[in-house]
Amino acid sequence: MATSVRATSDGSPPSSRTARSSPRKSGGTGPPGGWRAKLYRLDTKASPYAYVAPFFLCFAAFGLFPLIYTGWLSLNRVELGTDAKWVGFHNYTQLWDNTFFWTALRNTFTLGLISTVPQLMMALGLAHLLNYKLRGRGFFRVAILAPYATSIAAATLVFVQLFNPDYGMINQLLGHVGIGNVSWDSSKWPAQIAISAIVTWRWTGYNALIYLAAMQAVPMDLYEAAALDGASRFRQFISVTIPSIRPTIFFTIIVSTIGATQLFGEPLMFGGNLGVSGGTDHQYQTLSLYMYDKGWQIGELGQASAVAWVMLLILLLIGAVQMLVVRSNRRKLGG
Amino acid sequence: MAQITQPITPAGPRHSTPTQKPGRRRLRSGGAGKQQSGGPIAYAFLVIATLISLFPLYWTVVAASRTGPELDTPPTPLLPGSHLIENLKIVWDQVDMTKALINSTIVAGFVALSTVMFATLAGFAFAKLEFRGRNALLTVVVATMTIPPQLTVIPLYQIITDVGWVGHIQSVILPSLVAAFGVFFMRQYLSEALPIELIEAARVDGAHSLRIIWHVVFPIARPAMAVLGMLIFVQSWNDFFWPFIALNQQNPTVQVALAGLGSGDHTIDHAVVVCGALVATLPLLLVFMVLGKQIVGGITAGAVKN
Repeated sequence: MATSVRATSDGSPPSSRTARSSPRKSGGTGPPGGWRAKLYRLDTKASPYAYVAPFFLCFAAFGLFPLIYTGWLSLNRVELGTDAKWVGFHNYTQLWDNTFFWTALRNTFTLGLISTVPQLMMALGLAHLLNYKLRGRGFFRVAILAPYATSIAAATLVFVQLFNPDYGMINQLLGHVGIGNVSWDSSKWPAQIAISAIVTWRWTGYNALIYLAAMQAVPMDLYEAAALDGASRFRQFISVTIPSIRPTIFFTIIVSTIGATQLFGEPLMFGGNLGVSGGTDHQYQTLSLYMYDKGWQIGELGQASAVAWVMLLILLLIGAVQMLVVRSNRRKLGG
Repeated sequence: MAQITQPITPAGPRHSTPTQKPGRRRLRSGGAGKQQSGGPIAYAFLVIATLISLFPLYWTVVAASRTGPELDTPPTPLLPGSHLIENLKIVWDQVDMTKALINSTIVAGFVALSTVMFATLAGFAFAKLEFRGRNALLTVVVATMTIPPQLTVIPLYQIITDVGWVGHIQSVILPSLVAAFGVFFMRQYLSEALPIELIEAARVDGAHSLRIIWHVVFPIARPAMAVLGMLIFVQSWNDFFWPFIALNQQNPTVQVALAGLGSGDHTIDHAVVVCGALVATLPLLLVFMVLGKQIVGGITAGAVKN
């Protein structure tokens, strides 16, 4: 993300992305060559590393090491508390031959799609509306963010009630408009739609506020110019707003994709006692649930590690595709 | 969605901060909204969105104060009943909610404090200090945001099993002492809000690094620290995947206790389950009602830099 260029009409320095050089090291402070100067130089040289060290130490211990170790485990047969036994790519070939793995992969993909695409589109529309001059704008902003304060577990437990096929409110409402009982819990698509509704409910407002932040930075004169050219409001939204906040849109797409790939709590709690297997027929078992099933229900940590690494590969693949899209977009814009 | 790595681009200074000389007002916003007023259609949509956002929260209160049979027979009740206290009693009977609330508070508080602390230091270094490898290291920080917890839980679980920490909250606290998102957030804020002259002036006065941190960086970073602290607290309080694996019903966080309430050995009374969800959500919602405006302001004050 590059910085915005801000006017500095009064000569105050532009805040630029890279900090300008720190004070000249030689002379200017303290007696040159004295121990104080040495100490001072050491201080300026070493302190930045000291500030970033906690993050990198924590990441090395709880991120990088486990990540690599998971990769190693995935090449072994290992149960908790037993020694690992080298089996090469056996775990991966086992996954390849397992229908439930493919089901989980498909479910993760479809759930991710139906829980992110509508969500981000609605967030974009909401942000646009919230950017208007409105009475009670502040209230609306807080209200749509409220679901963000709920937890996956709490939200899912409540939505399970609303989506109950026999007595839930959703089916009662649908009954009023002449739609018969939908079996939200047992058929595949209704269950996936119900789960994606939980995700969408929790995150739409949050993403809308992020879009709103970006929209507020779009320079006025762009809109003025567009209005002079006779562009309608909708046209302005399509031709001015969306292109201006494109980086933010890509950012939210990437983050939402990462989130969707890890979907775990919603389907788990949605299924109650059938949660880990993702329903009677694995119809909403995600990769995360499949991994938990393998690792903590069956106790095959090597298999579970292989699932985890497949998830990483999928993320890298999606990331690469998204990067290519961003690049080609930039080229089209000639920038 | 990605619980630990949520995207916000931190705000630049919202109000007059020391960065701005008097007389220079930042353009408050340049969006279309400043001139255009929303029409009735915009209102209608926003009202619908608000209803959809708030109704499940309202209904949580309704269902938590009803009985199981009342929920299990249509039509669904829309007004609160009188069984809240009884349901609360049953929740406390079935899971150790007191312990869970205490645990969640300790974990979220600890994680928020330490993240804000370390993220401010690292964010300051990335924003304002020159050192070899700065850009490469920042890229690493951003890249780590994309690693899902699924990739680290298996070795972590083995480790906490070996040291006997399964079911102890330090196993949940330790891995999240710093968050990449926090570092990035503070960097974005400080590169806008902290004039380099202030640091240089302090240096010329012979202040050493720690004094500069304490007397220059922290005071200016305070608003962003508050927002970051709230966001991390919410995330940590609501975190599910790793606590669900690392803890158990004897010593749960609120979310883990809820998972035990929604499935398990006892007969499931739906009103009790929703009541548990209410207990888990209420503390955060109260905070949100008081500080909602600040949180929204923190998210929307600045803008994503293009």
